[in-house]
Amino acid sequence: MDFGPFLFLATLEGLVQAAVLCLTALGLSLVFGVMRVVNVAHGEFYMLGAVIAWWVTSIVGIHPAVGFAAALAIAPLAVGAIAFAGERLILKRLDYNPEATIVATIGMLYVIQQMALLFFGPDPRPVEAPFYFRIQFPWFGYSGYKLIVVAAAIAILLIAWFVIAKTRIGLVMRATQFDGDTAQAFGIPVNRVYASVFAVGAMFAAVAAVLIVPIRQAHYLMGLDPLLLSFIVVILGGLGSIRGTIVAAILIGLSDGIISVFFSPTLAKMASTLLVALVLVFRPQGLFGREEL
Amino acid sequence: MSGADRTKAVLLLCAVIAVLFVLQFLLPEYHHLSMTRIMVLAVFAMGYNVLFGYTGLLSLGHAMFFAAGLYAAGLTVYHLEWSVPLAFATGVAAGAVSSLVIGVVALRTTGVSFMIVTMMFAQVAYLATLYFTTYTRGDEGLVLPTAARSFDVFGVAVDLTNPVVRYNIALALLAATIAIIYKVVHSETGRALIAIRENEPRTQMLGYNTFAIKLKALVISGTLSAASGAAYVLLFAYVGSTFATIQYSIDALLYTLLGGAGTLLGPLAGALMMFYVIDIASEYTVAYLLIAGLVLIVLVLFFQKGVLGTIRERWIRWLP
Repeated sequence: MDFGPFLFLATLEGLVQAAVLCLTALGLSLVFGVMRVVNVAHGEFYMLGAVIAWWVTSIVGIHPAVGFAAALAIAPLAVGAIAFAGERLILKRLDYNPEATIVATIGMLYVIQQMALLFFGPDPRPVEAPFYFRIQFPWFGYSGYKLIVVAAAIAILLIAWFVIAKTRIGLVMRATQFDGDTAQAFGIPVNRVYASVFAVGAMFAAVAAVLIVPIRQAHYLMGLDPLLLSFIVVILGGLGSIRGTIVAAILIGLSDGIISVFFSPTLAKMASTLLVALVLVFRPQGLFGREEL
Repeated sequence: MSGADRTKAVLLLCAVIAVLFVLQFLLPEYHHLSMTRIMVLAVFAMGYNVLFGYTGLLSLGHAMFFAAGLYAAGLTVYHLEWSVPLAFATGVAAGAVSSLVIGVVALRTTGVSFMIVTMMFAQVAYLATLYFTTYTRGDEGLVLPTAARSFDVFGVAVDLTNPVVRYNIALALLAATIAIIYKVVHSETGRALIAIRENEPRTQMLGYNTFAIKLKALVISGTLSAASGAAYVLLFAYVGSTFATIQYSIDALLYTLLGGAGTLLGPLAGALMMFYVIDIASEYTVAYLLIAGLVLIVLVLFFQKGVLGTIRERWIRWLP
């Protein structure tokens, strides 16, 4: 293949990566933005989404598309419920102390991951794509499903934007983010908002995982990579800034996809991780964020 | 702390070391080896405790200092055929240099940012051990040749394949670490560390250069962790990427929290308890890390002072 088509292929792969990363990182960013806590267990909610999707599709055996649709409905709800319970039982009792929350969510990371190992087993398992069709470019054929993933991610992001910017729910959320105490004084049930935001953040990760699981397989250790990438994205975009998160996700997803095709993926990860550590030290408001933290 | 309390504390530390010394004649072979490992890991956690327990800085990247010592010592023995004492010194130096460099950069941040920055740096270090696989053999790792594991000290041959020798070297390292930390904590610097933990702006206002003091704490902490890593590879003859994973950073945190952050013997107690809990659990299930997760959650929810921290608060005020 010539360089041009090869770059095009790499860009497509990068787009798929960016789409999934947008959703996962948006979940982490929402939780940080509203609650001011870092959720280290975020990657495990992603993993749970994939594992539950496998479980649902293997039970609903009529047609891959039916199973997949069921998974897309059930997995995020189940993950949201688990996250909600974790928030009520653990984070609330810690009063959202930032450092204690990190330690507690590290604990949750182990608990969820090891539970998956116990009940799901150590082997990776495939999930069938809901449909197969190939889009034939002049140089190569490309999986239609992958492009559907990108379209679905964009649709979900638009809905999320609409809810946050235009509806009453979004207003309550933004008020809580802006000033929790004042929001409380105006009768907003800040406590319930926190729990819901934590659950919704986890659901974003779960949806991303359900979308990607037909392309990659479900595995109990699959949560670590999206966790680190989401961290990178959220920090680059400016902690808590949703627009910044999306821009950074596209940037990191595309460049990670492209660099991994041409260079060693390990080197790409090293470079981006180091970059992010330095951004956090020298420009804590992120590359696109305003000075507010 | 009064003079009498201090004498009691020193006597207690000596007694603990004496008990560990006597223990080697009583323990069966398996537990003898476990205890050797626990003492080396306790040095790692004690180093971690200097930064977390005394200075109040929570790092999630101490595996990189442990790995710095581990790889510096292991690779020089394996590739350059350096002698064991020289390799150990190289490992310790690698820890000092890396913690100084990381500290100068990372200590510009505090709180949650510090945790994430240290975690990111450690992740880069871990990826580096995978990337330079020609030298490190990545995940698979390297086994040090038996011939490289004996050396002469003033004409006395020391053989690191001998379990008795290993146990006593680990004990000596532990005793030295306890002595160093005791000395640091009771020095002027030590009091400044605790002052920073309790209230950094106030310490700054009193005229202390808190950045320099925190850097000092991080270098001591990182160097002790590296000494533990260097000892680990030389005693047990294996070096691999697993030791650089975030899991090891979290282990140090777990041992320290469980035993009691800011107590001298807490990390040793935590390492001892956690090692055996995991050891027993791993006989029954592959998901033994589940217990590590549950312990972390329970500690942070109900038991933030840890075992020795609680004992000190409730009963024995003079506990070091």
